[in-house]
Amino acid sequence: MAKISLIVNGNAVNANIDPRTLLVQFLRENLRLTGTHVGCDTSQCGACVVHLDGKAVKSCTTLAVMADGHEVRTIEGLAADGAPLHPMQEAFREHHGLQCGFCTPGMIMTAVDLVNRKGHDLSDEVIREELEGNLCRCTGYQNIVTSIAAGAKAMAKSA
Amino acid sequence: MYEFKYHRPATVRQAANLLVKNEDAKVIAGGHTLVPVMKQRLASPPHLIDLSHIEGLNAIEMKGRSLVIGATATHADVANSATVREAIPALAELAGGIGDPAVRHKGTIGGSLANNDPTADYPAAVLALGATIVTNKRRLKAEEFFQGLFSTALESDEIITKVMFPLPKKAAYVKFRNQASRYALVGVFVAKRPSDVRVAVTGAGSEGVFRATAFEEALKKRFSHKVLDGITASPEGLNSDLHGSAEYRAHLIGVLTRRAVEAATAK
Ligand SMILES: Cc1cc2nc3c(=O)[nH]c(=O)nc-3n(C[C@H](O)[C@H](O)[C@H](O)COP(=O)(O)OP(=O)(O)OC[C@H]3O[C@@H](n4cnc5c(N)ncnc54)[C@H](O)[C@@H]3O)c2cc1C
Ligand code: FES
Ligand code: FES
Repeated sequence: MAKISLIVNGNAVNANIDPRTLLVQFLRENLRLTGTHVGCDTSQCGACVVHLDGKAVKSCTTLAVMADGHEVRTIEGLAADGAPLHPMQEAFREHHGLQCGFCTPGMIMTAVDLVNRKGHDLSDEVIREELEGNLCRCTGYQNIVTSIAAGAKAMAKSA
Repeated sequence: MYEFKYHRPATVRQAANLLVKNEDAKVIAGGHTLVPVMKQRLASPPHLIDLSHIEGLNAIEMKGRSLVIGATATHADVANSATVREAIPALAELAGGIGDPAVRHKGTIGGSLANNDPTADYPAAVLALGATIVTNKRRLKAEEFFQGLFSTALESDEIITKVMFPLPKKAAYVKFRNQASRYALVGVFVAKRPSDVRVAVTGAGSEGVFRATAFEEALKKRFSHKVLDGITASPEGLNSDLHGSAEYRAHLIGVLTRRAVEAATAK
């Protein structure tokens, strides 16, 4: 077993885990933060994307022990319960950027990371290129791209 | 995944000691090759030694006429580094085209080279630029480092600490992506160096990265895509799989070499 301490969505978390535990498992099973999904479990789909020290990573391909001492943010950490949605979440709702919603947490965490790196004025081409590691089985991506472009602009206003 | 014990050394020396002390131990950097392989139970190291918390091991700097990249520099670090963009822009572009943004936040240059995947991007750059791989024990030239499919000259207790790239006069990398995996179906790195010209091909060879000498000879006389007319790559020794036949890959080598030379001369 290995002792880990990390910050998840702003809260200090201490746990004693089997080193084999994947970050996504730790989030879902130990912390019951089930917003982060497992789509493929083979590093391809991006449903499991969370932010590790502010950068998008695939939590199905990250060991929880390696996050010891670091900071993690999940979809649950974007807006407090009952508070207004994060501008990127609101943009997905407004622009119908989801159908079944399975890929959505990963899409939104990827999109927020994208805005943090590339700013608020994003062309469709850049957005599509950046979504390389996120798969959606439902939407055909069009409305996801529209949502991200709108969410990026909205984030500028709320910042 | 099988059980293992996790270690987090603070220095390369500590990491090397842990490797010697624990039989079958493995180092882990970004984990973006090793974790998937462990999940599939294709690897089961009883000890994992985490290199990602060793301070300074991801440094990127100029040393004389060489660009030096630390082993745990991530693909995103290399792609965004002002030092790399200035010294060898083709290398920054290559790193920025690996996988997807989340993969680039974790995967490292040291991990990619140690793994020597026949479809990985970095091996092409290292071989074409004539880089030196520095380990905790010695220095290895690119041509002695790569030893065929997923194998390298690294010993079981050897750790890559940095990679030294001599500056080329011109360079470019062009990758034809496998549409599903985003790895290189074929990738060609062309470098006009002060002393010669090198063309390194990844993704195609059944023994991993290799140099396309026929193209090199022609380009040595004149570094222009025009001298490549009529030169073709042989499909012999190239991979053939559901993604493309050996003949198709051979054809791509010619096309991508031409494009890489055009890109390098346009810079
Ligand atoms: C979805 C996806 C897409 C990808 N697409 C591409 C692509 O397009 N092109 C590409 O080139 N790669 C691609 N990769 C691979 C990615 O770049 C890997 O991260 C990289 O190959 C391995 O680096 P790592 O730091 O993750 O290594 P790890 O997984 O940590 O380690 C890999 C191996 O190297 C050893 N090792 C690690 N560091 C050192 C060191 N310093 N010294 C000695 N041995 C060491 C480990 O023991 C292990 O055997 C992709 C990966 C994924 C998951
Ligand atoms: S579940 Fe992690 S990438 Fe698909
Ligand atoms: S909305 Fe169903 S997978 Fe994307």
